[in-house]
Amino acid sequence: MNHNKDTKRVTDYDMQQLIGQVLRYGVLISGLVAIIGGIWYLFQQGSGLPDYSTFHGEGEGYTSLTGIFKGLGDGSAKEIIQLGVVILIATPIIRIVFSLVAFGLERDKLYVLITLIVLSIILFSTFGGLSI
Amino acid sequence: MTILTFTLILLLGAYLAGLAGSLTGLGGGVVIIPLLTLFFHVDIRYAIGAALVASIATSSGSASAYVKEGITNIRLGMFLEIATTAGAVMGAILAIYTPVNIVAILFGVTLIFSAAMTLRKKHEGALAEGSKLSYVLKLNSSYPTKDGVVDYKLKNIGGGFSIMALAGMLSGLLGIGSGALKVLAMDSAMRVPFRVSTTTSNFMVGVTAAASAVVYLQRGYIDPGIAFPVIIGVLAGAFTGSKLLMKIDVKWLKIIFSFAITAIALNMIYNGFNHKF
Repeated sequence: MNHNKDTKRVTDYDMQQLIGQVLRYGVLISGLVAIIGGIWYLFQQGSGLPDYSTFHGEGEGYTSLTGIFKGLGDGSAKEIIQLGVVILIATPIIRIVFSLVAFGLERDKLYVLITLIVLSIILFSTFGGLSI
Repeated sequence: MTILTFTLILLLGAYLAGLAGSLTGLGGGVVIIPLLTLFFHVDIRYAIGAALVASIATSSGSASAYVKEGITNIRLGMFLEIATTAGAVMGAILAIYTPVNIVAILFGVTLIFSAAMTLRKKHEGALAEGSKLSYVLKLNSSYPTKDGVVDYKLKNIGGGFSIMALAGMLSGLLGIGSGALKVLAMDSAMRVPFRVSTTTSNFMVGVTAAASAVVYLQRGYIDPGIAFPVIIGVLAGAFTGSKLLMKIDVKWLKIIFSFAITAIALNMIYNGFNHKF
């Protein structure tokens, strides 16, 4: 038995478990935050009428991180839900960061590079001012 | 209809969407869009935002289980995510300039085509010999089945990569996970065994949708009142789906898969012609 091959296999297995945990906890936390915000939202506005037939777009507090944190400070239900959404969107991105570390530990240079490319594309999309 | 009734019906719809999405690899978004636009008369832009959120929830929720069982090919997913995320960013930019009804019609036609392809071809058997690139990129792997661990090798990496870029672009443009095209690229072009391609597709949908969701969140497409029943319903559905997938025959999966994408395709074409988008 080749010792190197054995340790590498263990690392691949470890990465699978780690990624599985990251996804599970990310999803659980975002779901929990959304439930808390959602119940609070229904309690406040449940008897109102939904108005989604026209698009309102930007300008609402929950379309930016600063707006979401400001709303959280005011105890606003919509911003609590949106924090859950942000955690949900961040979950696969955090998964990529963890894969990057894991490939690094495996000394798999090719996949460190590939993972870095994917991460840069997403960060470009987030901060690249694409919301023209 | 009050916000409470709206929320409860949407919760049920999102549960079914999550269930179907995780079983077929389609993602949760495809059922959410017709549900919101046709049934609730919600503006398509809110529907796209909700579908993206649903896609991420389905993907992450069910992928966590498949990854741990070692079915998902993480390297293959990671490599193809270059194509899908780049495509998704392109799609989110194109969304500003494209009349969505035209894209919807084109997409519907593509989906019907892929449904026919899926029913005709069966790639259960794993390839014994892969292409040169599959070795360089370390894409060949193995997965657990009832009869023990099965090795498989891949071919036509370039073809699969190109279809993935297109899948990513449609994902960014329409807000769906494009799981159907992802499975098609892996199943028909690269010959990934169906169970591996379904789970790896699921795994990739989250990252692909996140790449365009960051843009749509800032554009105000994601509304909290729609997002929260969608997240909770889809997560519960995806959880049920991932438990069921281990017990259901792949043959049935294929039939459900083809039926689902054909129905969605007809829906998109109909709405495209009627300028409902």
